[in-house]
Formats: sequence, structure tokens, C-alpha cells
Amino acid sequence: MRSERYIPYVLILPSVLFLLFLFAWPLLEALLLSVRGSGGQWTLENFQRMAADLYFKDALKYTLLLTVVIVPLQVVMALGMAMLLGGISKGRDLFLYVWTIPLGISDLAAGIVWLAIFTERGYLNSFLQGIGVIQQPQLWLSYETPMMIFVAVVAAEVWRATAIVFVILVAGLQLIPKEYSEAAEVFGATPWQRFWKVTLPLLMPSLQVALILRTILALEVFAVVVALGGRNLPVLAGEAYYWYNAYQNPGVAAAYAVIILGISVVATILYLRLMRSKQEGAA
Amino acid sequence: MNLRWLYLFLAVVLVLWVLIPIFLIATLAFSDRPSVFAWPKGLLPQQFSLETISFFFGVEGVWKAIRNSLTVAAMTLVFSVLLGAPAGYALARYPFAGADAYRLLILMTRAFPLAILAIPLAVQFIQVGIYDTAFGVALVHTALALPFAVLVTSSLFLGIPKELEEAAWTLGCNRIQAFLRVVLPLALPGLAATAIFAFVISWNEVFAATLLTLRERTLPAFLLTSLNDSPLPFRFAGGFFLIVPALIFIFIIRRYLFTLWGIANR
Repeated sequence: MRSERYIPYVLILPSVLFLLFLFAWPLLEALLLSVRGSGGQWTLENFQRMAADLYFKDALKYTLLLTVVIVPLQVVMALGMAMLLGGISKGRDLFLYVWTIPLGISDLAAGIVWLAIFTERGYLNSFLQGIGVIQQPQLWLSYETPMMIFVAVVAAEVWRATAIVFVILVAGLQLIPKEYSEAAEVFGATPWQRFWKVTLPLLMPSLQVALILRTILALEVFAVVVALGGRNLPVLAGEAYYWYNAYQNPGVAAAYAVIILGISVVATILYLRLMRSKQEGAA
Repeated sequence: MNLRWLYLFLAVVLVLWVLIPIFLIATLAFSDRPSVFAWPKGLLPQQFSLETISFFFGVEGVWKAIRNSLTVAAMTLVFSVLLGAPAGYALARYPFAGADAYRLLILMTRAFPLAILAIPLAVQFIQVGIYDTAFGVALVHTALALPFAVLVTSSLFLGIPKELEEAAWTLGCNRIQAFLRVVLPLALPGLAATAIFAFVISWNEVFAATLLTLRERTLPAFLLTSLNDSPLPFRFAGGFFLIVPALIFIFIIRRYLFTLWGIANR
């Protein structure tokens, strides 16, 4: 059994090689792709072309706005759902299953589902007609009404991806010993106080994970937007796709990808900083 | 007592929030063309018809896309289990130098946007000759599913007592025999859940699949690229068909959902 020390390394080696080949290397390639011209020279041309593009400002604006609106909504809703689950005894498993169904639904499918609701002859217009608000079908998802496309995307994303936050938070809640909350109850804390002073601070690590994960995913929102608004609501990942596919320009596409990565990294660092100081403040 | 009813009421509202949109798209997928374009629409289906769904399957390229999706997802499943399970086993059983660094590497991979991988890989795949193949897409999908596979199998193997394995050694099994005869049977349900999860990740993924294919589209890539010039019934039927397998899979692996996502906490 002298060779035993090498066993774990042999076991992880294939996955390490794979991740180097499919994560580290493409990451490097993307950075290089974005700062090199067609002749191989170093240049900022790709970023300049990106910034000068008509769609760039809107894409940046809408991506950030979507993230800022969607993520807090999802966290608050998922937190509410997780707390609600604690207050339910009968049928808990059934609720748990139904609430997590969206985990299996793709962003494209979610976009199409909400298209059925927001489209001209869709269910929203039918409903509005039913209660007498409108007479004729309204066109919601056109380039003239980017705000309604925005609302539809928010609805679809909240519908689809709140479940991820919910599952992470419930898993985190299970790690918190019941004794803390019980002790607080003995000392006369109200349920509201127990939530704010005991549960929430202890849930911080899970909240942090959920926030980071959801923010990164929200920053690369793509198929939902394409299904609901085409390019009428430009977003960064969508622009990367158009520059690669329609304009056949990998350099500018890579520049968009680098921008998405940059924002993701900044957001992650912010979460780690802000939430650490909060945790220490609570302790 | 009142509070209990309020909780139940809110929980039911959330159930409806999840289920009604699925119900609506299913209704559209199973109605005829006039009902898809009807206005105003009733909440309940007017009449059951296979017209829309058979129209969808009749469109050229749909079956091929479904076949491609299944091929890619199956490859992703095999790759991520074969690469992930040994690593998970190593993390669970051996305290080795670098284990924490490895764990960090695995977690970090989840922090990268897909665009940063898919774009350079598309460029490279053209040069290597695996652009527009199921294999190429499966490689990227494996990169997405592998972190989960490693972390889930690791917590899975942690749950199987080491003593069982050691007992097998004393009874004359070598390491590989002990693993195959004692650990593997116990880990099988969890491994199956990991595999199914990898399958769902691949089945649902659209960005990389669209970028990395041209003719050999997966179903989501095919749907996405034909969205703008396809009629609504086609889109609705396609959207519904995308959801169905995912629903079944999530139902099968629901017991493992919290292991799958809960591990993100550590």
C-alpha cells in the first residue's frame, strides 16, 4: 500500500485536465481574442467597436437593470417561501415538489411560456378584456414598448429561477440548529425578532451563495429575452451571440463576453466584501 | 389558527403561480390552430386536438434536433459521471494535500459566464474539426455539469461508511473489487440522480449549443434560431416539448435536489 498516496491524485487528474482544457484555456483565449485584431496585433479595436455600436448602451443598461430588479425580487420571494415552508405541516412535500418544478425548465422554454401570456392574442390581453380594461388586443412585445418586454422578462425570470434561490436557502436553513431559535423564544423574542436576529444572520452564508449565483446567471440572461423580445430589448449576452453568429466577428463577441465576466467578478467581490462586514458586525 | 390558514393560502397561491403558466402552454400545445390564435382566450381549453403538436413534429429538422439533443445529453451524462465520480470519491475518502484548492477550482468554474467559454471554444472547435458536432457541444455541457457531479458524488460517498469498504478488504477484496461490490451498489441511486441532473443541464442549455452548431442543432438551438420566422403554434408546441422531459426528471430526482444545490453552501 505504498502507492496509496497517489490514488487521490490519479482520481482527480482526469477532471482537472478537463477543466483546464475547457475552463482555464478558453478563458485565456477569450481575453486574447478580445484584445487582438484580425492580423494578430494587440489592439483595443474590438472594445471600441463594441462601445460604438448602437445596441451597446442599451444592452448594458438593460442587463444591469434586469439584474438589479430580478435578483432582489427572487431573494425576497425565495426567503418568504422558505419561511412559509417552515410554517406548513400538512402537504409539505407536495409544496416542496411543485415549487421546485421550475428548476427543470430551461430559460428558452420559460420565455416561450410567457410569450403565450404576453403575446398579442395571449392570456394577459384575454384577461384584461375579460375584466373590461381593453377592447382590442394590445401589442405588448414590440420595439415601441421596451418597458413591457422588460416586465415580461422579469416575470419569466422570477417564475423560472426563484426555485434555485429557494432550494439553496432551504438547504441552508436545515443546517441551522433549532436550539438557537428555541433559545430566543425562551428569552421572549417574537417570531419577527427571531427571524431578523437569529435566522437571517445564520443564513448569511447561504444567502451569499444564492446572491452570487443568481447575479452571475442574471448577467448572462439570453434566451428568455430572445423569446420575448428578440433584439428589441438588447442584452449583453444577446449581443455577444449576434456579433458571433450574424456578424461573424468573434473579436467583438469576445469583448462582450469579457464585459459580462468583468461585471460578474466585480459583483462577486462586492457581495463577499459587503456581506462579510455585515456578518462580522452581527457577531 | 388563522395564521395557519394564511400560510396554506399563500402556499397554494405559489403553487398556482408555478403551475398555471405550464397549464396554459400545455393547453396551447394540445389545441388546434384556430384556438391558438383565438381572441379572447378562455382559461380552459376549448377542444383537445393534436393539430399543433403534430404540426410541430412535422416541421423539417425537428426530429433531427431531438435526436441531436438526446445524443448530446447522453454524452454529457456519461462524461460527467466518468470524470466526476472518481474525483468525488477522492474528495470523500482521501485527505490529500490540494483537496481544498481542488474544491475551490470546482466552485470557481460556476462563477464564469458561459459566453466566455462558448465563444473561444467555437473558434477553436472549427480548427480542431469538432465544430457542429454533438461531441463538441457535449464537451461544453460537461464543463457545466462536472462541478455538480464532483460535489454531489463526493457527498454521496461521504454518506457511505468507510468501515463497509474496510470490512470488504479484510474479507479478501482488493480495492477495486471492494468498490464495485460494496460501494457502487449503495451509491447507485445517487449516481443515477447525478446522471439525470447532467442530462437535464444539457437538454436545457441553449447559448453554447447555438454558438457551437450550424446544421447539427440541438432542440433548444433549433428552436431559438427559428423563433423569429416560425408561427406561434410551432413555438408553443416546442416550448411545451422542452418542458416535459425536464418535469419528469425533476420528479425522479426530487429527493436529491437539496443535496444537488445544498452543497453549494460548503
